[in-house]
Amino acid sequence: MSAEAESHRGLFIKVWLWLLGLTLVEVILAYIQFDLVVMLTLLMGLSIVKAGMIMAYFMHLKFDRPVLSWTVGVPLVACILIMIGYFFPDSLRILDFGFAGWQ
Amino acid sequence: MSDSHSAGATVEAGWGGGASPFAVGHKKLGMWLFIVSDALTFSALIITYSYVRAANEWPTPFDFYPAIIFSSLMTLVLLSSSLTMVFAVDAAHRGDRSATAKWTWATALGGVIFIVLHVNEWMHLIHEGVTPLTNPYGTPLFGGTFFTLTGLHMTHVAIGVVYLGIIAIGFKKGKYDAEDVEVSGLYWHFVDLVWMFIFPLVYLMSTKIS
Repeated sequence: MSAEAESHRGLFIKVWLWLLGLTLVEVILAYIQFDLVVMLTLLMGLSIVKAGMIMAYFMHLKFDRPVLSWTVGVPLVACILIMIGYFFPDSLRILDFGFAGWQ
Repeated sequence: MSDSHSAGATVEAGWGGGASPFAVGHKKLGMWLFIVSDALTFSALIITYSYVRAANEWPTPFDFYPAIIFSSLMTLVLLSSSLTMVFAVDAAHRGDRSATAKWTWATALGGVIFIVLHVNEWMHLIHEGVTPLTNPYGTPLFGGTFFTLTGLHMTHVAIGVVYLGIIAIGFKKGKYDAEDVEVSGLYWHFVDLVWMFIFPLVYLMSTKIS
């Protein structure tokens, strides 16, 4: 375990630099300002990549048994997709209702 | 043929009882299960935020300077504290107790700097008249969702700072083992990971369009 952890130190610094780089890209995107949907897609794409890197390397999932990743990942992704699927069509529909006093 | 036989043997060896199929300790598995549930709590809040945002005229109140620069700095601090946490876990596995304590304290310091910067950012908004119920930008839901989401995250950072302090002191005294440090690290990286979604959604998507 100790020898394995030792050899990962350089790798962790590399991952940290990647995360900083991707964050810089996000901030530059905010500075340039694209269309809302384009911004959302790019930012969420980058965030998912960053989250994946944090989970794989910093949280050690890449070096644990794959069964742990599946156990953690499948319910999480499934529940989030269900929430998105249920709520967003409704959220966009509200805009068309035009309730009195609804701002 | 021999493949299916060895796969069956692996399943038997791992799941047949008396073994640890995940090959991690019970504390680490417990923390992972907590992280799944906590991630769903944050997902629900982030989706709530996005729901009301999509259904309302949403304000874009954050100037590139200072708000976006400050929140970028907060992101830098949190990411760097994750790196020092990895070094703490690395030192713990090597059995180097003082180095582990040093890196763990460095991580906690990162958390404190994050909170100071974030409270500073909050005060800036509060002075502009933003509260959980009202704000000068239009829909009051902006204040409510902003403070709920960032407030719960800041609470997690604060709990993490205390947790890391306890681990740093206890590990140096020999009260905790390397797995305890690793488990506290999982929590800390998770708090970092959540910020990777809050930062773009709450701050970058609401940058003031000049």
